Amino acid sequence: MNDFLATIGRSALDFFASVGRLFIFAGVALSHIVRPPFYFKLLLRQMMLIGYNSLPVVGLTSLFTGMVLALQSHTGFAGLGGDAAVALLVVLSVTRELGPVIAGLMVAGRVGAAIAAELGTMSVTDQIAALSTLSTNPYKYLVVPRILAGIITMPMLVVVADVIGILGGYIVAVYLLGANPSSYLHETWSALKFPDFMSGLYKAAMFGFVVTLMGCYHGYHSRGGAQGVGAATTNAVVSSSILILLMDYLLTSVFFS
Amino acid sequence: MTAKIAIKDLYKSFGRKKVLQGLNLEIGQGESVVVIGGSGTGKSVLLKCILGLLKPDSGEIFVDGQPTTRMGGSERAHMLAKFGMLFQGAALFDSLPVWQNVSFGLIQGQGMKLAEAKKLAIDTLSKVGLGADVADLYPAELSGGMQKRVGLARAIASKPEIIFFDEPTTGLDPIMSDVINQLIAERVRDLGATALSITHDMASARKIADRIVMLYQGKIIWQGKTAEIDHSGNAFVDQFIHGRAEGPIQMEVRAS
Repeated sequence: MNDFLATIGRSALDFFASVGRLFIFAGVALSHIVRPPFYFKLLLRQMMLIGYNSLPVVGLTSLFTGMVLALQSHTGFAGLGGDAAVALLVVLSVTRELGPVIAGLMVAGRVGAAIAAELGTMSVTDQIAALSTLSTNPYKYLVVPRILAGIITMPMLVVVADVIGILGGYIVAVYLLGANPSSYLHETWSALKFPDFMSGLYKAAMFGFVVTLMGCYHGYHSRGGAQGVGAATTNAVVSSSILILLMDYLLTSVFFS
Repeated sequence: MTAKIAIKDLYKSFGRKKVLQGLNLEIGQGESVVVIGGSGTGKSVLLKCILGLLKPDSGEIFVDGQPTTRMGGSERAHMLAKFGMLFQGAALFDSLPVWQNVSFGLIQGQGMKLAEAKKLAIDTLSKVGLGADVADLYPAELSGGMQKRVGLARAIASKPEIIFFDEPTTGLDPIMSDVINQLIAERVRDLGATALSITHDMASARKIADRIVMLYQGKIIWQGKTAEIDHSGNAFVDQFIHGRAEGPIQMEVRAS
């Protein structure tokens, strides 16, 4: 019985210690965002890697999401005579929820893993220690550009995801299900509300922060060679995916309660 | 005269494992000290504590008479500007070409213009026996020996007052090891720098050290001039320098 309680106690202590380390890491990283020197070239490079290079995967997943939504809502509402609700459902779902969440999860898989692997390899090969001995703060040089790039580019990606997702719904509704194009567009435009659109962008900025923070945190603290880097990569993707869904719930309850 | 580096009663543990147990060491201006000892005796931890990469549990480290263990960010960065370091695996930045690796500290730390930094990098590469054609290659395109040379060039590029060498010859063949040792000895002498090296390669220690220090179980058990090591009268030192399995040092060997 004592062993059992000790195991639970140790796990709880480990969990709180990890959360504490993550908060300290995030606090130090955020404090360096506002203190010079600033590495603008590195920020632009990360914006290209995180934002621009994620466009194909985010665009494709959003397209299919919009198409599936139109198909599902059409078949679901058919018996209720609710064809007109297809445009409304596609717009609301994409702008409020699925645009930012799908984009966030895709970026977590693509970018979070890449950041954790890159920083993890740098950590286990002493490259991060080398930065410190070369008058360069690793937080400023490695962490800040990635986190800032995540916060800035995720909302941009979600704007693209929203447009492509709604387009996917339009394609299925008009060309497959025979909806009237002009009335579908009119219903889409009527259903599109600025606060819904903005709530998606706020979520996206938070998801960008979460994905890049978890990638940097797990990579930075990776130990033990190739196995450690692999574990860091897995942990970064899993933890950022869970946090995206948790943050989505919390932000939704704040925006729409 | 104030020691360039002075370490007083340094303790460092990781959980229950006591790595450094009251270590005291002074290194004079322009002196080259080599710390020898088996794996896990705390050599790397000692270097990392001096650089501030690890925080000691207790004790103090003085650089030019200034206590360093409680230094903050900018003060520490200013202190670290005096240092150059050659890492065990060279630790070159994969994403940058060789010349940017060599002049990284000058570009980022001192804001040197890229054209000037490249010229200086090529000049520094020539001092470690590498041609200008290497400058535009990436670290992954270099052999282990060449990576060590580039790492050495990076360590000396900013003309540091203090240079650390972490296992400089590990993984190199005996001839390349001797080349690296020779380069280290020459470049440290040219710069008039204070050098602290850790190694278990005795050929390396003999070539680059003015003074050798032996670490065992987190403490210094012997130190003396390089020429004295063969007549140390210390059974631990004798066992280590002759590489004998029998002796007072018991290695933890697990049967497979």
